[in-house]
Amino acid sequence: MSGTFVGMPAFPAFPVAAHEAVNDQTLRGNLRHATHTIRAKRAKAVAELSDWAALREAGKQIKDHTLRHLDRYLLQLEESVTAAGGIVHWAADADEANLIVTQLVKETGESEVVKVKSMATQEIGLNEALEAAGIRAYETDLAELIVQLGKDRPSHILVPAIHRNRGEIREIFAREMSEWGRPAPDGLTDTPAELAEAARLHLREKFLRAKVGVSGANFMVADTGTLVVVESEGNGRMCLTLPETLISVVGIEKIVPTWQDLEVFLQTLPRSSTAERMNPYTSTWTGTTDGDGPRAFHLVLLDNGRTDTLADEVGRQALRCIRCSACLNVCPVYERAGGHAYGSVYPGPIGAILSPQLRGTASEIDASLPYASSLCGACYEVCPVAIDIPEVLVHLRERVVEGGPVTREGNKVVLQPAKGHAAERAAMRAARWTFTHPGALRTGQRLASRTRRFHPRTLPGPGKAWSGTRDLPTVPAEPFRDWWQRTHGGKDGAK
Amino acid sequence: MSSRERILGRVERALADVPQDDTPYEQAVQRDYLREHGNRSAAETVDLLAENLADYRALVHRCTEAELAAVIAGLLAERGSRSVVVPPGLEPSWLAATDVEQIADRAENTPHELDRVDSVVTACAVAAAETGTIVLDGGPDQGRRRITLVPDHHICVVRVPDQVVSSVPQALQRLDPARPLTWISGPSATSDIELDRVEGVHGPRTLEVVLVSDQASGAVNS
Repeated sequence: MSGTFVGMPAFPAFPVAAHEAVNDQTLRGNLRHATHTIRAKRAKAVAELSDWAALREAGKQIKDHTLRHLDRYLLQLEESVTAAGGIVHWAADADEANLIVTQLVKETGESEVVKVKSMATQEIGLNEALEAAGIRAYETDLAELIVQLGKDRPSHILVPAIHRNRGEIREIFAREMSEWGRPAPDGLTDTPAELAEAARLHLREKFLRAKVGVSGANFMVADTGTLVVVESEGNGRMCLTLPETLISVVGIEKIVPTWQDLEVFLQTLPRSSTAERMNPYTSTWTGTTDGDGPRAFHLVLLDNGRTDTLADEVGRQALRCIRCSACLNVCPVYERAGGHAYGSVYPGPIGAILSPQLRGTASEIDASLPYASSLCGACYEVCPVAIDIPEVLVHLRERVVEGGPVTREGNKVVLQPAKGHAAERAAMRAARWTFTHPGALRTGQRLASRTRRFHPRTLPGPGKAWSGTRDLPTVPAEPFRDWWQRTHGGKDGAK
Repeated sequence: MSSRERILGRVERALADVPQDDTPYEQAVQRDYLREHGNRSAAETVDLLAENLADYRALVHRCTEAELAAVIAGLLAERGSRSVVVPPGLEPSWLAATDVEQIADRAENTPHELDRVDSVVTACAVAAAETGTIVLDGGPDQGRRRITLVPDHHICVVRVPDQVVSSVPQALQRLDPARPLTWISGPSATSDIELDRVEGVHGPRTLEVVLVSDQASGAVNS
């Protein structure tokens, strides 16, 4: 990705991008293999906990409560982080966050940073901003490394290189590692263990000399000021403990009120994301600790469209998301279209409701995302914080077609109905008129029944594409209301 | 206006629909999930911990207090370790039987120096059986976070059954959030290649957990 996240205009609408993706056989194979592997495992890991439904409900309640009182909890968090020796910064948008981080790195006099995988810094395009300021950011998560070395875009929240198979990863390592540091070992094969070893060797020297680490966080605890990073490889621990300065960029919605609340999410997150009882490493830190880990800790609290999302009473539930990616893995649309088609660092069902809210629906891609779904509901089913994604999708479709009041950058504005939905609006208007005029409805139905032999199998004009993959409903020989009148004489009850 | 005020103002306006007397935190969250899963005796909980640790590829050993020094010496010898990092408050008797070079955990140690050390021996703060997790809290017998990260071989001693709880909620309750915590569930791993788990990336690739009991019974290796 390039440029900042807000308003990144270069992406084509979802159907256009997806059309290309579904014809890519390698991509289809890679995605199918990976998503099917994880689906069965997740189901098994979840089934181990008899109280899953109660945990899911509690997770939802904790997040909802926090969001409903976010101003209070933000202030509490700021106070507790500061008391523990951290320094809190506030960033209203991507540019401001990038500026703050760049400035902080410059103050250390360093020209490179090591990074823990973080959605927030992907979202704001931090690496590109640092690069422009002459600071090199090294991604240290294996999948992020694959993406960075391959000059690629992430296509999954948890496994950004999910679209790459082991053979492709070997290629990228063998070709690109020498550009960034220690080259890949000679004779590198495509076994996952060897690839992981190559990454270990490549990144080791960077960890050991790093003076500045940049991270996100999975959770921030308001009452203690504790930040939590959940990871697998140990690259997170490296970045969080070896450098002298740690900068964490975290979305304001990542707060939970109390330490006890972690007992819910530390059970639901690992099982939902990697299908493990527990991920290999979880780090928690509260400010700075004398003689252990970074001496300076900066927390950058990021808005970047989150408060706009919060202003939408239906859509705000998207802010409950804990970025587990279970909804991506289970989604039939994601499995076929892949992550790049969503034109955002947040792909899949959650991306389809998050991106158009964080960025607004002005661009082609954002206006098309609410339609990137068959509304099958599998995403809602697996969501560990019970985000009703289909509900928000339908809500956003309505916003795109009808326009109406929304909040953008803190200001209330009225959206114009989107272009390209004129036929949909006309059809809905016609339906409304017909259903409120029973006489016209009756006449219309009778006319349709009598002429049914002459009905086409596909629609003409703008409806052609719609009926290209769907059967038109067959009109019965006799309208229901006529049949009722004839057999029941218009009276209630059995004859 | 500062960004802090701007963001807080936006939040306040966004929440105009939330009533002043909205349900307070204590009532908003129903905690009717379980404190632990299943009913186990203390011994069964320790067995479950051993089982789940092993399931995620940690090497699990069991011994008595009296045997501990010999077990640790054996593990270091088996590994061929020439040096071991030692936290300042580690019980000295644990390393009484080994002649491997001992390196003190000191603030001056650079990451490069630690990278040349073969092993590390620590105690832990608590262990959770259901998830096969050991937690370090930087106490004197566990040392700085980096000493259990940079060396490739970590031997962690868990006193059973005292340090073992059943579940994540119980573990959190025993821990102090003000301390820097590291939760460890098996050796470092990744699922980044085709969503399949592979052990051994940046953290220690070999995690050995010694479950030590004060009874004179079960000197069983598993």
